[in-house]
Amino acid sequence: MKAFAALYRELDATTSNLAKQSALRAYLRAAAPADAAWAVYFLAGGKPRQLVPTKLLRAMAQEAAGLPEWLFDESYDAVGDLAETLALLLPPPTEGHELGLAVWVERHLLPLRALGKSAPETLPDVLRAQWRQLAADERLVYFKLMTGSFRVGVSRLQVTQALAAVGEVDAKRVAQRLMGYTHIAGQPTPADYAALIAPESDGELDRKTSGQPYPFFLAHPFALPLEQFDAVLGSPADWIIEWKWDGIRAQIVRRAGAVSVWSRGEELVTDRFPELAAMGQALPDGTVIDGEIVVWRGDAPVADPVPGAAIGALDEASADFNEDMKEGIGEGRVQPFAELQRRLGRKTLGAKLLREIPVVLLGYDLLEWEGRDLRATPQRERRALLDRLILDLRHPQLLESPMLTGATWVDLARQREAARSMGVEGMMLKQRDAHYGVGRTKDVGTWWKWKIDPLSIDAVLIYAQRGHGRRASLYSDYTFAVWDGPPGSAERRLVPFAKAYSGLTDAEMGRVDAVVRKTTIESFGPVRSVKPTLVFELGFEGIARSTRHKSGIAVRFPRMLRWREDKPVEEADSLETLAALLPAVP
Amino acid sequence: MTEAPPVSYKSRPGDLVVARPEGLYCPPGDFYIDPWRPVERAVITHAHSDHARTGHTHYLAHTDSEGTLRTRLGAGIDLQTLGYGEAIEQNGVRISLHPAGHVLGSAQVRLEHGGRVWVASGDYKTDADGTCTPFEPVRCDTFITESTFGLPIYRWPTQAELIVDINAWWQRNADEGRASVLLCYAFGKAQRILHGVDASIGPIVVHGAVEPLNAVYRAAGVALPPTFRVSDPGVDAQMLKRALVLAPPSAQGTPWMRRFGNYVDAFASGWMQLRGTRRRRGVDRGFVMSDHADWPGLQKAIAGTGAERIFVTHGSVAILVRWLNENGLEAQGFKTEYGDDDVADRAMPTDEATGARKAGASDGAAAGLPADASDAVDATDAATGTTP
Repeated sequence: MKAFAALYRELDATTSNLAKQSALRAYLRAAAPADAAWAVYFLAGGKPRQLVPTKLLRAMAQEAAGLPEWLFDESYDAVGDLAETLALLLPPPTEGHELGLAVWVERHLLPLRALGKSAPETLPDVLRAQWRQLAADERLVYFKLMTGSFRVGVSRLQVTQALAAVGEVDAKRVAQRLMGYTHIAGQPTPADYAALIAPESDGELDRKTSGQPYPFFLAHPFALPLEQFDAVLGSPADWIIEWKWDGIRAQIVRRAGAVSVWSRGEELVTDRFPELAAMGQALPDGTVIDGEIVVWRGDAPVADPVPGAAIGALDEASADFNEDMKEGIGEGRVQPFAELQRRLGRKTLGAKLLREIPVVLLGYDLLEWEGRDLRATPQRERRALLDRLILDLRHPQLLESPMLTGATWVDLARQREAARSMGVEGMMLKQRDAHYGVGRTKDVGTWWKWKIDPLSIDAVLIYAQRGHGRRASLYSDYTFAVWDGPPGSAERRLVPFAKAYSGLTDAEMGRVDAVVRKTTIESFGPVRSVKPTLVFELGFEGIARSTRHKSGIAVRFPRMLRWREDKPVEEADSLETLAALLPAVP
Repeated sequence: MTEAPPVSYKSRPGDLVVARPEGLYCPPGDFYIDPWRPVERAVITHAHSDHARTGHTHYLAHTDSEGTLRTRLGAGIDLQTLGYGEAIEQNGVRISLHPAGHVLGSAQVRLEHGGRVWVASGDYKTDADGTCTPFEPVRCDTFITESTFGLPIYRWPTQAELIVDINAWWQRNADEGRASVLLCYAFGKAQRILHGVDASIGPIVVHGAVEPLNAVYRAAGVALPPTFRVSDPGVDAQMLKRALVLAPPSAQGTPWMRRFGNYVDAFASGWMQLRGTRRRRGVDRGFVMSDHADWPGLQKAIAGTGAERIFVTHGSVAILVRWLNENGLEAQGFKTEYGDDDVADRAMPTDEATGARKAGASDGAAAGLPADASDAVDATDAATGTTP
């Protein structure tokens, strides 16, 4: 427990990835396998079921520290983290212990859940006895494990990398082995840990059976003025052009009867998308598709294609799809990224959630077919094979990312204007002859992303709220308003319409925090209303009418583009300006 | 830090200290304590810039504050000094100064008039640190206390524990051949660290803002190990690899730091108690070290005065007032303009330069999600603090 608490402290103290890696490796090399098994479980995101109700922990900590509830709450407010607050408020320990992490978890922590049910009246004494033994930094870890919010600035990927280094195994292999390791109520054993870092087996090494993805080919931003397109890109006919989807880039790997879904960070996300795993099962062995995971509602656009029909049929379907999409995201089809986030935020994926937030893969590339690596095959040929595959498979979770056509770049730029109402980020331009490169290479052909600019408006900060974690105690979350009348109109008021907390540098946030404190009108718990003095240019990706907001308007992905220190509040934008940004279609 | 709205305040006839726009005022004595606007007569508790301001006609302070006050406010200021326990009379008010344990020369101001005794604490710390006379409780009817760390989450390690941690950190960095840059206030904390650390680990280099204050401490008889300036002969890249470097927070991210190569940095402040502040500060390590009282220290100090009436200034005013009232004392808040240094200490960044240097590569790896833009920039700070 002490070594693990020290690791936590070290990970927490540093901002350097290198230092985190070296701390993780040192710990894993030194730890007993039983302790390492649990350490990996927690660091990679595993959580026990709730062991003790949070309410009881709070009440007991208040009692132990001799504090009234309001003072506990004030402390919690300042700290911004319950486990840390509890660790800081308890009186110092009076005993010691030399027990490892595994013993603490298996003999002391996990049994609390059963104890709370069988003999709840004994729980306080058992807890107090535990607290007496734990030093301050151990308590932090202990409460973190209990409250199930074990975040220490280490990603699952970093844990994967550390395990890979310790076991001298490929990191992607470790990622595959970690699948299912962190499931709730898991009980990792020394043998489980040994399996994570064992040398690769023959079956794992053979591509036919390996489940590994290909390195993703990444796009470069393209931001030249339209008149230079012809000179730089040549004719649009030399390009495969698609929408740039706002989802999660992923590869579906189907080999040897198994399916793996990999996200762009080379993170294995198969268990987050069971419907895609199911779709993968319908693919023939030796298939790898590259595409975008998006939330999808409504019927598939390829409603009734004739199996084995000519590729031209799909082009028509593409056109229908594009028409459907342009009618607006509110009506079905691809849903905003925020929907996908709702799903990612969930710990467990129940049937209800899967029904409410269904996903599909919009396929745009075929990297492996019939066991053959297609990456050195020209883009257009890969695409043609993919289209055929999609058409033949007719699976509701595998749709094509439709191709766009235009005689000129000017024509395409016009089509691109629909991007916003469709909820896409712009267009992708892929050289027809391009191979599938590795990472951001350009030597075998290029992918460009031709993104649209965000919408923006100048708004006034009217409420500020303290943040959490790294931003605890700092007024970092803001509510913004616009005027409900034009400049000069009598009695016009500021109407709130968006909340934003990202986009400022820490330096700017520090200065805003200082202004918030000086211009506070009223405090309501962690929220302050402030005198309107601060104007920010807010950027957002989409805008729609909303009955849930006072302003009648909801914006998507609002963030601060810059602080308009040059602009007086009277000159901030009005509701009218905001409404003018609404798409023409109601 | 939790800050509550200003607390309403009522004075009573005969109060020895009242709040005025210029600062805390003693009506019968006709003088101010640590005023923030220019006045005729000012009693100064200590030489930190938020308490000792320029422009007053007459100054009264502790003998050990003379050096710093004259350096900061001008050699020619009209300054009268007192030793601890020594008293003078001003319009019938007996004024004496008593150790506050905050920095060299820091004093609580005791006022006696018409049979009543009031004590204004200025800033104070209850644990001894070896560089200034330790805090002494002074019996009084009314006590004016600061509340910078007025929440029970603030409990300091002992000076001994702190020094052990700093030594171990320095030693480890020196063994790895990396300079240890410790950011701390030039006046007070720097000297505490110097006084405590094990100078056999390596050479000690100080920023130009620190050395003049070392001289003041040495002149007052405080033992400090030898220190170098970066411009001194013999200070080269090789020597710096084992060095402990003390610099004010404002040096973070400036070109001055480049000479230390692949250094490790740390920040010494009471705010480092919280993980959130530590991470915002964007240093490799935070040491919990304050020259203010922690929560137990505040309680002990207040109880030690025997006062029944308490005025709370700068910090967690509303919280401490409510707590004291619930514990049978009569407490009120005084609105002051102190504590700028400590607020700045909370890692309110105003310098982006090092944000880029230490930008954590959090590229939103999880499932390819967009990273929260602000996560990529780590907090830095150019708070000038209380450097004279």
